[in-house]
Amino acid sequence: MTQQTLTILHNTPLASGVFRLELAGLDPAEPLAPGQFVNLQIPGFFLRRPISVCDAAGGVLTLIYKSVGEGTRVLSELPPGHSLDVLTGLGRGYDLEKAGRAPLLVGGGAGIPPLYFLAKELLRQGITPRVLLGFNTAAECFYEAEFTALGAETTLVTLEGSRGQKGFVTDHLPKDFTHFYACGPLPMLKALCRATEAPGQLSLEERMGCGFGACMGCSIQTARGPKRVCKDGPVFHREVLGW
Amino acid sequence: MVNMNVNLCGIWLDNPVIPASGTFGYGYEMAEHYDINILGTFSFKGTTLEPRFGNPTPRIAECPAGLLNAVGLQNPGVDKVISEELPLLRQVFHKPVMANISGFSLEEYTEVARRLDKEEGIGWLEINISCPNVHGGGMSFGTDPKAAAAVTRAVKAVTTKPVIIKLTPNVTDIVSIAKACEEAGADGLSLINTLLGMRFDLKTRQPLLANTTGGLSGPAVFPIALRMVYQVAQAVRIPVIGLGGVSSARDVLEMLTAGATAVQVGSANLINPAACKEIIEELPKVMEQYGFTEVKTVTIAGR
Ligand SMILES: Cc1cc2nc3c(=O)[nH]c(=O)nc-3n(C[C@H](O)[C@H](O)[C@H](O)COP(=O)(O)OP(=O)(O)OC[C@H]3O[C@@H](n4cnc5c(N)ncnc54)[C@H](O)[C@@H]3O)c2cc1C
Ligand SMILES: Cc1cc2nc3c(=O)[nH]c(=O)nc-3n(C[C@H](O)[C@H](O)[C@H](O)COP(=O)(O)O)c2cc1C
Ligand code: FES
Repeated sequence: MTQQTLTILHNTPLASGVFRLELAGLDPAEPLAPGQFVNLQIPGFFLRRPISVCDAAGGVLTLIYKSVGEGTRVLSELPPGHSLDVLTGLGRGYDLEKAGRAPLLVGGGAGIPPLYFLAKELLRQGITPRVLLGFNTAAECFYEAEFTALGAETTLVTLEGSRGQKGFVTDHLPKDFTHFYACGPLPMLKALCRATEAPGQLSLEERMGCGFGACMGCSIQTARGPKRVCKDGPVFHREVLGW
Repeated sequence: MVNMNVNLCGIWLDNPVIPASGTFGYGYEMAEHYDINILGTFSFKGTTLEPRFGNPTPRIAECPAGLLNAVGLQNPGVDKVISEELPLLRQVFHKPVMANISGFSLEEYTEVARRLDKEEGIGWLEINISCPNVHGGGMSFGTDPKAAAAVTRAVKAVTTKPVIIKLTPNVTDIVSIAKACEEAGADGLSLINTLLGMRFDLKTRQPLLANTTGGLSGPAVFPIALRMVYQVAQAVRIPVIGLGGVSSARDVLEMLTAGATAVQVGSANLINPAACKEIIEELPKVMEQYGFTEVKTVTIAGR
């Protein structure tokens, strides 16, 4: 964990209600791993807001967030040049060692950002993942082109089929993948675990007091006892969750 | 030069700044961020006899200038605290630490206190009496002077370490409870614990916290805490630790001015992990600015 003051380079709409935030000044010495998150101090709010790392390169931290409440709405109005107090390098990310030769990345809506960083890292290690992205509507879709540009075979799914395939991500699972990496809404994660027996890892969300393991605000019961989503997670192997 | 030393129930602290229970884990999470040996001491997470998972999530709700928590005293139980957490704590913290104890019956408080009493490195036992008494119709020990005195006496009987009773602000007359604890032999008092509150999720029309209600802390409670510390410090002779909403060196000085001997910092650690480090660095400057050269004279002037 490092506390850093980063400056907004860009903070622009990416899709309906979804924004991409690029922050400059990231300490290049701090290693960030796919699946880790940062905790942003938004002016006027007491608690920080946890957001997953979508990309980190050349001193620039990229985050993608959905405007869902007051904090993210205020964040979406902050102009370039504004500085933010950010705790970086939080949580335990995805375990890449388990990927096998053909991993599958499954993301839903605001859960997609960390999978971009993961796809990049897997490709850097010579592993080409397949990517399955689920959205509610065509207006909310983002990053299909970016995943494709990385060289990952990308399938897009919307609920009513207004873009890409129609249905849920679980309706479009390929048959032969070695391991899955997932992030998205809880119902999607649970449906995914019901739909496949394959080993995999899931990133969870909880309301957080601190984001670095000090308050026990984010604890969940798992098959291996109580775990803090912010420190022991947010990524858990499915067998730890017992799903 | 400002003299920051304070004597807390017979043990000297290098400075009056103490992270509050439940906001600092067992120290080692925070030690990743800075050398926590700069602290006066810290109070570790509330310990019960048996392991407790606590309440279901959501356990945290944001508020204007603070938060509600309904963690529900999650901890691994006193035996695991002794066998697993204290060894890790001792690796990163080399001063006497404050052990925070919770219980749901007199027997639980005394049993936990008896086991922690044997532990080297523990300086004080801080007894959180905000918990409901399972034998008393669920009423909190801390809301009744007789029950508060009974816990104090029971714990005092099983330990030689100084006993600090941590008071709940959810009472009509905190002074009467403070006095009852002092008469029952408490070596010190700490106040305030969190104030009971709640929030709703307007989308679901349900309480935001799975537990329905939770404890309010953070800057929102600071004036209430100051008022209670002031009232209690006027009424008792034993040392009082002031807490509730403290987030800066100025806040610390204000707490000392209200009569506190030392000051705990809770929620501020959660949003700024370096909060206590920054406060300790700032405190001498702020004291000089207001013409003080000794922490203890601020307290004495306030009582
Ligand atoms: C590890 C982690 C990674 C995340 N990554 C992303 C991401 O990459 N992109 C993205 O769009 N969102 C992400 N989220 C969700 C994001 O944190 C919430 O959408 C955001 O906190 C909402 O803030 P708000 O003020 O707009 O909402 P409000 O509802 O007004 O917030 C009130 C309080 O509840 C908390 N809260 C509300 N919703 C959530 C939630 N889903 N998870 C945790 N806390 C919540 C807020 O942090 C705040 O403390 C992530 C959450 C976690 C836990
Ligand atoms: C997440 C959280 C957990 C807490 N856990 C405990 C606890 O285990 N025992 C205890 O005596 N107080 C506990 N408290 C209360 C604090 O120690 C402190 O009394 C209160 O938060 C007021 O101080 P603050 O405004 O500086 O946070 C907890 C507070 C928070 C926010
Ligand atoms: S949010 Fe504080 S321990 Fe996880």
